[in-house]
Amino acid sequence: MNTIIIEAGRTEKNYWADLWHYRELFLVLAWRDVSVRYKQTLIGILWAFLRPLLTMIVFTVIFGRIARLPSDGNTPYAVMVFAAMLPWSLFSNSLTDSANSLISNTNLISKVYFPRLIIPAATLITTFIDFVISFVILIAIMIYYHVVPDCRILLLPFFLIMALLASLGPGLWITALNVKYRDFRHVIPFVVQFGIYVSPVGFSSNIVPEQWRLLYSLNPLVGVIDGFRWCLLGGESPLYLPGLLLSLTVITLFLWLGISRFRRTEKTFADLI
Amino acid sequence: MSDIVIRAERLGKKYIIGRHAQNDSYLALRDVLMKNAKSVWSKTRDLLRGNPVIQGDAMEEVWALKDVSFEIQRGEAVGIIGRNGAGKSTLLKILSRITEPSAGRVAIDGRVVSLLEVGTGFHPELSGRENIYLNGTILGMTRKEIKRKFDEIVAFAEVEKYLDTPVKRYSSGMYVRLAFAVAAHLEPEILVVDEVLAVGDLSFQKKCLGKMEDVARGGRTVLFVSHNMGAIQMLCRKTMLLKNGSLVMIRDSGDAIAQYLSDSRKDREGQIRLAPTGSDAFFTGISIRSSSGEICSEIDVSRSLTISFEYKILRPIRGLEVSFSLFNQCGSKIFYCPQSTSIHHYKNEYPPGEYVGSVEIPGNFLAPGSYTITAGIHQPNIQLFDGRQHVIGFQIVECGSQHYAFDGQDIGSVLVDFPWRIRCLPDGENVSVN
Repeated sequence: MNTIIIEAGRTEKNYWADLWHYRELFLVLAWRDVSVRYKQTLIGILWAFLRPLLTMIVFTVIFGRIARLPSDGNTPYAVMVFAAMLPWSLFSNSLTDSANSLISNTNLISKVYFPRLIIPAATLITTFIDFVISFVILIAIMIYYHVVPDCRILLLPFFLIMALLASLGPGLWITALNVKYRDFRHVIPFVVQFGIYVSPVGFSSNIVPEQWRLLYSLNPLVGVIDGFRWCLLGGESPLYLPGLLLSLTVITLFLWLGISRFRRTEKTFADLI
Repeated sequence: MSDIVIRAERLGKKYIIGRHAQNDSYLALRDVLMKNAKSVWSKTRDLLRGNPVIQGDAMEEVWALKDVSFEIQRGEAVGIIGRNGAGKSTLLKILSRITEPSAGRVAIDGRVVSLLEVGTGFHPELSGRENIYLNGTILGMTRKEIKRKFDEIVAFAEVEKYLDTPVKRYSSGMYVRLAFAVAAHLEPEILVVDEVLAVGDLSFQKKCLGKMEDVARGGRTVLFVSHNMGAIQMLCRKTMLLKNGSLVMIRDSGDAIAQYLSDSRKDREGQIRLAPTGSDAFFTGISIRSSSGEICSEIDVSRSLTISFEYKILRPIRGLEVSFSLFNQCGSKIFYCPQSTSIHHYKNEYPPGEYVGSVEIPGNFLAPGSYTITAGIHQPNIQLFDGRQHVIGFQIVECGSQHYAFDGQDIGSVLVDFPWRIRCLPDGENVSVN
């Protein structure tokens, strides 16, 4: 017989096992978010196509045509922008959704027990599905411009996971803080808006002067986006390795911070929300 | 092997409430800025460390639950009663692991399913079918289990036709039926239920009560919070009485309920004092007493109660009388009770002085519910000296009368027991209607 002991200030030894035990709930919540996402909309799933596509067009026109920034090697500007749009929307959507996830599930938290980590984690699935849709557009664009990726594309899942973890760390931290201080709900749109210009989405990170390159890589998205371009553009975009390692370190740090803060406050969620 | 499934030892739950200091004697801008700067600094520091940040200047500890110890045997159905704020919900939340206790420990042997609300996690955009899976998983069922019981759930909820309609288009009755149907088909070892039976229409409520009975008789452990004393009496052999966060007793349901009602009698809410109004006749106080003569605001449905009006007359007034009206919780008038129909005193003249007038309302007359009294001193159709709207209230409480199954339902405001006569029509009589 498995006895559960509930005690003040007890850290659960089997937290991660418990998380596994609730995997079905994780899947059901993810499925709920996915199936609800485009309910009662006119064009439904088309939104997932439109948003990145329009952003890409605007960026290509502004940065490529008007500002005449150089592309990576011989890659068409539109392809280079879209290769960055993928990880960027993955990151920004996951960050936004996971940061708001706890307060949009108030009723669950105050009425049922389960490891709370499930809620922000489940939002990643929804954004991943949007990612898959955008990926289809990317393939279409690449066919149109005759851009052929090489075997580096096999490393794409690594950078994909990197993008998800980059959003999960801050997402967890902010969603935990959001439970008590709704201020943080207003921080996210700002970070996302700001981030798209600070990260090399509309331009190549090769135009950043060499001596600033490492500092620039403190932005974890720089490593992720460079990685995506390196994988997809068939060797036209070189990978700056020290920057990638620095980005990875920053991501790990945020992830650790996010999980530890989340777990520390997790038990008080029901009291505060 | 011991057969104790829940063992709580000195359980406590503390809430910290921030409070703003009352004496704001700092008026200079410099002081205000300093104070705000300090608090911003300390908040930021707490935030970064992950400590709780306290709003306001002072902290106050509130123990919602304190030193609660008890043991519950396997297969027992235990009721939990107490007034609002006694800690019932907090206790359930701790047992179902939603919130962490601040002190003490509980050992629970088995899978707990808590039903603190019907339809937890229901999503309005999803169809009935989808919501059954969603809600079932949230309540801890596996997909296989739900699949196996799906037809049973649908039949219980009586929503076959609307399975693929989004639940936002459901009527509230259908919504609640579906929600309860999912919950009713859980098979936990320990079921924790908070006041969820008071939903749905009458026939469905009876169905739910029946289902709860099955669960309790099926050898599962049930913890059941309710204000419906009748249901507690019927479902639970043992009952826990909580008061201000402490466990008063855990004993036979009858004893605990009796204690609960007599406690509420001692709270003396059934009495108010009234200040003079400046007119020549006015109320000084109104009280409500149980049949045993104690002042109280909660009355057993089967017992009588007495309403007493104390009033003062300053000058002789011809034909003066006191009367009152009784209103139910919806504000509808149940009856008007004047003196003039019961005493032939119409032309009487009362000398100045203090008086008490009282009326006894018999038991098994008012239905369970809340009532208020509006009282007046007047010369009927001539002059009103003192009128008090909804000046005092009381509750009629169900304690296991023959009407207990209707508790929470609108069965009107008075209980009736008119005899029914039933006879079988002979076959010939049916035909002769043509």
